[in-house]
Amino acid sequence: MPDDIHAGYPRIEPLGLDGVIVRFGEALSEPANRAALAFRAAVERDVPEGVEECSTSLVSTYLRFDPLHLSLAAMVTALEQRLTGTDWYAAPLPEGRRLLRIPTVYGGDFGPQLAEAAAAAGMDADAAVAALSSARVRVNAIGFAPGQPYLGTLPEAWDIPRQAGLTPRVPEGALVIAIRQFVLFSVSAPTGWRQVGRTAAPLFRPGSEAPFLLRPGDEVLFDAVEAGAWDRLAADPKGGIVTEPLA
Amino acid sequence: MSGLEVLQAGPGVTVQDMGRPGYLALGLSRGGAADRIALAEGAALLRQPVGTALELAGFGGRFRADVPCRIALSGAPMRATLDGAPLVWNASHQMPAGAVLDIGGAQAGVYGYLTVGGGFDLSEALGARSAHLSAGLGAVLQANDVLPLAPDTGRTVGQVLDPVARFDGGELRVLPSLQTTMFPEEMRARFTQEVFRRDSRGNRMGIRILPPEEGYGLTSGQSIVSEVITPGDIQIPGDGAPYILLYECQTTGGYPRIGTVIPADLPRVAQAAPGAELRFRFVTRDEALEAEAGYRRMLEGLPGTVRPLIRDPAQMPDLLSYSLISGVTAGEELS
Repeated sequence: MPDDIHAGYPRIEPLGLDGVIVRFGEALSEPANRAALAFRAAVERDVPEGVEECSTSLVSTYLRFDPLHLSLAAMVTALEQRLTGTDWYAAPLPEGRRLLRIPTVYGGDFGPQLAEAAAAAGMDADAAVAALSSARVRVNAIGFAPGQPYLGTLPEAWDIPRQAGLTPRVPEGALVIAIRQFVLFSVSAPTGWRQVGRTAAPLFRPGSEAPFLLRPGDEVLFDAVEAGAWDRLAADPKGGIVTEPLA
Repeated sequence: MSGLEVLQAGPGVTVQDMGRPGYLALGLSRGGAADRIALAEGAALLRQPVGTALELAGFGGRFRADVPCRIALSGAPMRATLDGAPLVWNASHQMPAGAVLDIGGAQAGVYGYLTVGGGFDLSEALGARSAHLSAGLGAVLQANDVLPLAPDTGRTVGQVLDPVARFDGGELRVLPSLQTTMFPEEMRARFTQEVFRRDSRGNRMGIRILPPEEGYGLTSGQSIVSEVITPGDIQIPGDGAPYILLYECQTTGGYPRIGTVIPADLPRVAQAAPGAELRFRFVTRDEALEAEAGYRRMLEGLPGTVRPLIRDPAQMPDLLSYSLISGVTAGEELS
């Protein structure tokens, strides 16, 4: 059963005229993220008529529908029926997930704020690399920019705040950290999170057969590699990534 | 292959269409034309289905085709000439091979549209032909680019329509959003009473608007978990000046949202030029649904509002160079 942090959830709320979200919690937690992923998969196995698109964010499932052909009330009723009878917080994750091992260069020019982030987490840089490279994390959501994953949940020591200012620009492939999550940047962008490493992961390649590397629910290990490996990774269209299916 | 050559382009000329829904879960927003009405108007003026058009942000450019083609001009009115002769905006015209189409700056609004008969023959990327600049799909057009023209089976030109008013800001109808009730009641009231001005910061992702004095925001630092964004969402970032998001916006966001502009009013948001005055009015869901139904009826009915462009011969020094049968509809029925 859902514990206290999920009291009052799930909640169904309209989002604009043509959308509705099913929220499974007020803040990110593993069970709430699991529920959002599992519920979306269940909805997509049997899409209610009038629904045009489904997606998930960290703790919610979103459905876009044609409001002139499916009323909000009917949409809510259909969702309530589907929510009933299953403990979504303990539901199995969707099938077809994968484990990706993404080679990562930590520290130095590739992770200029590693020492700062490690200090905030109460450890030295070497211990931080050991901890981060062995943390198996889930793609909790993809958002903001195409193919860009939010991954978690990292051990409690990594509940570190965003930095006060903004880094004007981190490069594509930058691995940044805050509030027990990683973000892996699919584009070069400003950020308030601290950059601890860099990968050559091809997160979004619109011209290729598989334009998006990651899907919500996939798991990732950011294996530590030496800075000397960077040129080889950058020259590899796959960024040195090894993918295996999860049962 | 026949094509439309870009001789010179303003800073924000892109190919647009109705966008690419279906990739929200992978972080890619729908995008597409900032002003969906103008896209439909261009198609109606040429009696063809809604497809691709050139979106001209603030300023047009100079264009030339190596074959005769049909063109329609819609959206933000811009000064346009064909080989130096003035062209009526919100109208369709014949463009002879080699003639130079010159489109200047917007006289009101932001986004003008140049639609060609048959559309552009471009390959799709992820299900659409439109440029999505923030995702790196497609690009802003430059001089010397050539856009291949698709075969054109239509013949209609010389048509005109009266555009739906939307180029001067005005009232925006708003539904409550996820955090609306977290804003203090007096702030929500002030939101509907004040006149905002469109800031100079804005693009296809969204526009920033300035309150007259005091900014907006939640009173305490409630932390908000990042949620899906829908076009029209009004986010309040840390500096207190709201941002209204458009179709090319980011897919998720964690700033509090005070409301969501209804889809029918998004063309008015996109076409609000810097300095334009904007006001907000919360509406009930029933009112928003009625507006949506009316908006769709209006779009579907556009072909029926198109009428022949009557030229004043006194304004036509080169009368003999015009094809005088260009004003007929070629038997293509009103839909």
